[in-house]
Order: sequence, then C-alpha cells, then structure tokens
Amino acid sequence: MAFDYQIPAVPQNVGDDVRPVSSAQTAEVKKRKGMIPGESQKSKIWGYIGIVLAGLVIAVPLYFVVITSFKTHGDIYSNPISWIPSPWAPENYSYVWNNLNFSRYMINSIIITLVLVVVKVAFGVLSAYAFAFIKFPGSGILFFLVIGTLMVPNEITIISNYALTAQLGWRDTFTGIIVPLAGTAFGTFLMRNHFRSLPKEILEAATMDGAGFFRTLFKVVLPMSWPTLMAFVMITAVAEWNQYLWPFLVNDTGRAAPLQIGLTQLQDVEGLTNWGPVMAGTVLASIPMVIVFLFFAEVHD
Amino acid sequence: MTAPTIPGLENSQPLREPPQRKAKKSLKRLFLAAILVIPNIILLIVFTYRPLIDNIRLSFYNWNISSTRAAKFIGFDNYIEWATDPTSWAIVWQTIIFTFVAVAGSMVLGLGLALLLDRNLKGRNLVRSLVFAPYVISGAAIGVAFQFVFDPGYGLIQDLLGRIGIESPQFYTDPHWALFMITATYVWKNLGYTFVIYLAALQGLRKDLDEAAEIDRTPRARKFFRVTLPQLRPTTFFLSITVLLNSFQVFDIINVMTGGGPLETSTTTMVYQVYQETFVNSRAGYGAAVATIMFLAVLVITVVQVRMQDKEQ
Repeated sequence: MAFDYQIPAVPQNVGDDVRPVSSAQTAEVKKRKGMIPGESQKSKIWGYIGIVLAGLVIAVPLYFVVITSFKTHGDIYSNPISWIPSPWAPENYSYVWNNLNFSRYMINSIIITLVLVVVKVAFGVLSAYAFAFIKFPGSGILFFLVIGTLMVPNEITIISNYALTAQLGWRDTFTGIIVPLAGTAFGTFLMRNHFRSLPKEILEAATMDGAGFFRTLFKVVLPMSWPTLMAFVMITAVAEWNQYLWPFLVNDTGRAAPLQIGLTQLQDVEGLTNWGPVMAGTVLASIPMVIVFLFFAEVHD
Repeated sequence: MTAPTIPGLENSQPLREPPQRKAKKSLKRLFLAAILVIPNIILLIVFTYRPLIDNIRLSFYNWNISSTRAAKFIGFDNYIEWATDPTSWAIVWQTIIFTFVAVAGSMVLGLGLALLLDRNLKGRNLVRSLVFAPYVISGAAIGVAFQFVFDPGYGLIQDLLGRIGIESPQFYTDPHWALFMITATYVWKNLGYTFVIYLAALQGLRKDLDEAAEIDRTPRARKFFRVTLPQLRPTTFFLSITVLLNSFQVFDIINVMTGGGPLETSTTTMVYQVYQETFVNSRAGYGAAVATIMFLAVLVITVVQVRMQDKEQ
C-alpha cells in the first residue's frame, strides 16, 4: 500500500552545517581582510528579528498546548490567557491515562510501530539486496513494479482494502492495521540506491572468499550502511507512529487503536469543553516522536 | 534441465567450471533472489495494485459497503452524478484553493526560513530544530491541539488578536475562516519539510558564484533572484511535486478539526469526500468514482509537471 508516500526525504541536515569547509574559509579570510564587505550591523539585526519571530511562531502554540494540558478547567476558561498554570493540574494526565484508556492506546501504538519498523526494515533491506547485488531475470520489471506503488495515492486503495480487510475478519485487529501497511517501496528504493553506492571491490572480495548470503549481508554490507539504515528506521518510526487514515478506518472498539485514533475518541468523549485532558492526550501522543527526533538530531551532530 | 541464461553473466564464471555446476549456481541465485523479493512484492501487489484496479471497477457499481447485498452495475452513472452535482464542483474548488495555498505557503515560507537560518546567526540551531519539530508530530495531534488554539472564545489566536484590539473571526462557523484555519494549520505543521529540503539545497550551492556576487557588491534582492533562485530550481521542482501530492491527500487535520464542515462541506476536500461518501453515507461506488477522478487528476498533474521540467532543461 502506498502510505509510504508521505515519508519525507532524509532529514539529516537539521542543525547541522555541511557547507564545504574550504570555500567557506576563503570567504571568511577575505572578509577579515576587508576584501569583501561583511554583513552590516543593520542586516544582522533584521536577521535576529527574523529568527526570534520564526521561533515564536512555532514555540508559542506548542507552549500554549503544553501549559493548557496542566491547567484546571477554570484556569483554561480565563480571559486573558494565564501563561503559567495556577494551580498546576497534572491530574489531567492521570485521568486520560487511567480513565480514558490512554495506557492501552500507548501500548497499541508501540506494538504497531515496532512491528512495522522491524518488518519494513527487513523487507527493505532484503529486497534491496536482491535488486542491488543479484542478477536474476525480471529484476528490472520487478523493481519498476515496486517503485510504481509510490505513484498510487492512498485514497484510491482504501475502499477496496477496507472491503478485503473486513472480509478477512481483520477489522479492529492488529493484523488488520499492520498487514496492509507492511510492504515497502520507499525502503527498497532507499536501501538499493545506498547498496549500489558501496565499493564493488569489497563485495567481490567477499564472494571470492566464498562468503554466503548471510555473511555478506551481516559482515560486509550492513556494517557499511548504518547511517542510511538509521535514517530509514527513524523515518519509518515517525511515519507509522503518526499513521491515521488506515487505523482510523479499521478501528471499531478501540481495542487495537493507536494513540492518534485514541485522540479522536477522546475528543468525542470529552467534546469541545474539557480541554485539559484533551491537551494532555495530545501531548502524550506527540512526545515519543519528539524524543526520537531530538535523539536523531543529536546523533547527527 | 536447462538453466535460464542470464545476460551479461555467461562469461563471468571461470571457464573451467563444468556446465552443470554453472547451471546449478544460477538456479540457486534465482532461488535466493525470489525468497528475498517475493514477500514484499506480494504485499505491494495485494494492497496497492489490486485495490487500484478494484477501485476503478467499483466506480461503475452502486454498492453499499456495509451491506451484504451484491453491488449493481450502473455504468457511468456515478461519474455523471458527480459531474452534474454542484457540490462536487464546490469541493473541487475548495481542494484547489487549499492545495494551492498550502503548496505556495509552505514553499515560500520554507525557503524564507532556510535563507534566514542559513546565515551565520547565533541561536540558529535551536530555531532549526524548532521549525522541524511540528513535522514529526501527527496531523491528528496538531489538529486537536489547534482546535483550541483557534477557539474564538478562549484560544490563543483570539487572545493575541484581542491585545491589538481585533475581534477573533468565527473559525468554526464561518466557511471561509474555517478553510483558512485548516490551511494555516497544515502549513504550520509541514513547514519543517520544505525548510529542511531548501536548507540542505542552500548548503550545496556553488560558493564561487556567491562570492563573485558579493565582490561585485550585487544588491541582495538581485543576488537572490539571479544567483540563488536559479540554482535552487531542481529543489523547487522536487518540492512542488511532493508537497502538492501530500497536501492533495490531507485527511487527518480535516477529520479532527472540522469534520468537513461547517455547512456540511465547507472544508471538504476530495479525499474527505471519498471518505464521507464511502464510509459515512455508505455509497462506496460513488466514493470509488471520486477516488478514480482524483487519481487521474494526480496523474495528469504529475505528468505535466515532469514535462515542464524536461522542457526547461
């Protein structure tokens, strides 16, 4: 299924300057020597105003959501907004966790994401290995078939997939959520391109030494692929954690529902009045991927 | 038994090797490739190509997805109904407006931010991470949270507007403001994507052209349009396709924020219409017809964009 479609390109450059060192240095040197004008004081000030504005536009709504999740009902309905909760109400969190099933949704989200990451990474690496290293008849056509799925938007697949899933009795189950999402075109494409960029000599040497498939994969190919593999894992984890449309359709009672669907149910239960618990649920559904992202950015620095 | 000959491989084995062993080896290779590739390909065929074809077939039927009654073949009736219903055209128009503003908005703002945060300013790493953060949060979570951000009574926006003496628009009951709210939320969430791609592209630009422009004391605006922007063209092209296709398919934000309303369909886009018709109104055949129309539109747009790009080069 083509849910892979929305996966972003590898975001490995966040907070990470990969400018070629040499030319940047020469520019710096020229600037110091007064050969070219450096940035004027005025343009620097405008730059900082821009940075602060951009930061605020992103940070203020996030801050607003987090503090609302710690506010009591009365505090939320105060005008003007109180920027620090008084009193603090962490009970919003225990309420959604214990009374509104969020512990269940959290476990479901973790199960679904873990299984999909493991399966997709395995499928991606294995089929990429075949497409990159093994010459076999029809490999060109099969690869085209895999990549072609990226061109199929998911709205055209949901109706028939839903009917099939219902027929198989998979509604409201992990199987029903996971299996239709488990194939990977994006991962196959990403890993194959990476595998083909590896030095041929090393692989030939491995073959000469009589290394079989498993030894070549685990001892030769994968050790040279960690950064790409990590990016693949992270992108898949974020995409699957945030998956919405398909789990939403398959869900019935909430038994196998991930957090994102739990949020919709929370909204239905609490309506548009009890914002404290709703915001607590939102924060709970988002925090794990924010942590994954920060960890990833850290690793890349 | 004869093994299949593999082009380019006939001579790759040592010549002394007896033919039977060679055949056995290539058979083994074929077997390994099959094991590695088949599970993934079967899943992709069953859950992408099969439903694609099945969806087109269903679009010619009158079919209730939640009933056991057999579907009834009705030819092009679903398509005719779609084309003659003014609501469909209103939804097409809304989809175009949403998509256009979302694409233009996130690309212009993403490029602006990338230019700003490419400069050597203190604190840029923090703001870079911050701008990307909403992109890793789900559309559902941001949609739910922004319902309260936009709340005309107690939300963040009304508070900020109130400080400069402006009364908050009725984001949930006014059709135009509701569409604005959806679009703004989408741009805010997805800005990180265009930003990161543009930032990476800026860092790969040719520094010699940049320096030449600086030495010539080219005015900044002129340098941007004559030096920077032309070099970014492949990135702009890539983004225009991916952002367009993604925003075309938005479901989560609309579903949690407005449910397609107010006034039934004011914020309904075509994807949401597919969902509504199929799963809420139980008219799966009609939903399938809308999905097919959308698919064709996506196909045409992509082909036109690729053609345009080819022509330029």
